[in-house]
Amino acid sequence: MMRRLALFLLCFAVWIVLVWPPRDETGALRLADLSAGALAALLAAAVMREFTFEKTRGLLDPRRYLWLAAYGVVLLFYIVKANFDVAYRVLHPAMPIRPGIVKVRTSLRSASAITALANSITLTPGTLTVEATADGWLYVHWIHVTTTDPEEAARHIVSRFEWFISRIFA
Amino acid sequence: MSDTIGAVMLAVGILFNLAGCLGMVRLPDVYNRLQAATKCVTLGTCLVLGAVAVLTAGQSAAIALRGALCIVFIVITSPTAAHALARGAHASGVKLWEGSVADAYAADGEPGAAREETE
Amino acid sequence: MPETIYNLACGALLVCCGMCLYRIGLGPTAPDRAVAIDILGIVVVCFTALLSLRTGLSYYLNIGIAWAILSFVGTIALAKHLEGKGFDE
Repeated sequence: MMRRLALFLLCFAVWIVLVWPPRDETGALRLADLSAGALAALLAAAVMREFTFEKTRGLLDPRRYLWLAAYGVVLLFYIVKANFDVAYRVLHPAMPIRPGIVKVRTSLRSASAITALANSITLTPGTLTVEATADGWLYVHWIHVTTTDPEEAARHIVSRFEWFISRIFA
Repeated sequence: MSDTIGAVMLAVGILFNLAGCLGMVRLPDVYNRLQAATKCVTLGTCLVLGAVAVLTAGQSAAIALRGALCIVFIVITSPTAAHALARGAHASGVKLWEGSVADAYAADGEPGAAREETE
Repeated sequence: MPETIYNLACGALLVCCGMCLYRIGLGPTAPDRAVAIDILGIVVVCFTALLSLRTGLSYYLNIGIAWAILSFVGTIALAKHLEGKGFDE
């Protein structure tokens, strides 16, 4: 029940952003828009079984949002670095690339944590997740391979995010 | 002041978009193209949306809010789509470029692909 | 915003679209085309952002959000199709 309530609130918040501002020129609430949004969010929360949150315990823990904000800053730094890296490789006349697919191991297990890790890897310098298996192996396409050893590659690719993500999705 | 910041973000975002699309034209195989295109076009579009939010922040909160929501959607969906496309390309038999040095995924017999089908 | 900046930005995005269309047209494999279609979808979101900047109307960004989500669903469908059966058999 709590999981559906959380989903309802998330859907309704997105709807309010989509129909912003919630008051018209005279200052009255736009009840037609808001009630339609409440109905749609209720429908979504009632129908969706698969896509609710895994657990609501800890959803309001402020420390996780603090970690999330810190992680956002770190990720933004790596994304900008990745973009300059890719732009350099593309604009260089000889295209200095040495691509290949390597495998790395992660200690994360929960589905949302592995998804977040795989998406972060895709957005950061020179790496793109091709497949993530249930037992913690990630297959990563690397635009400039320096090592094919899983341990060594994990130090380059995974370790800088694992620490943050294990705290956010604890 | 915010005009200048917005204009710079807009210019940098569009330059990254151009670099990403150029990478898609120049690089040799589908995985490399996916790398360049996904990274550069994602950040480029987010910068353009951010620039629109900064430039209109004085007149309307609606554009800034919707721009922020759009950035969140793009940052979540674009790497996921890239991952799905890379896996689909590998499963449909596209080989890596001949200059590639390793393919651990093919060496391990594409684990995970079979698991998806049995679900 | 000055007219020239808007025109320059739209021109640069049109060049991006041209490069995507080049990759869609020349392939050489089906996944290459799917990648280009995905990127074209994101470039269109850029266009809607510029339009909302030009006109000051916020609902262009609603179109952009809807476009981003639909393009994502379409890309996932293409990827699933690629995974299901090879085009190069």
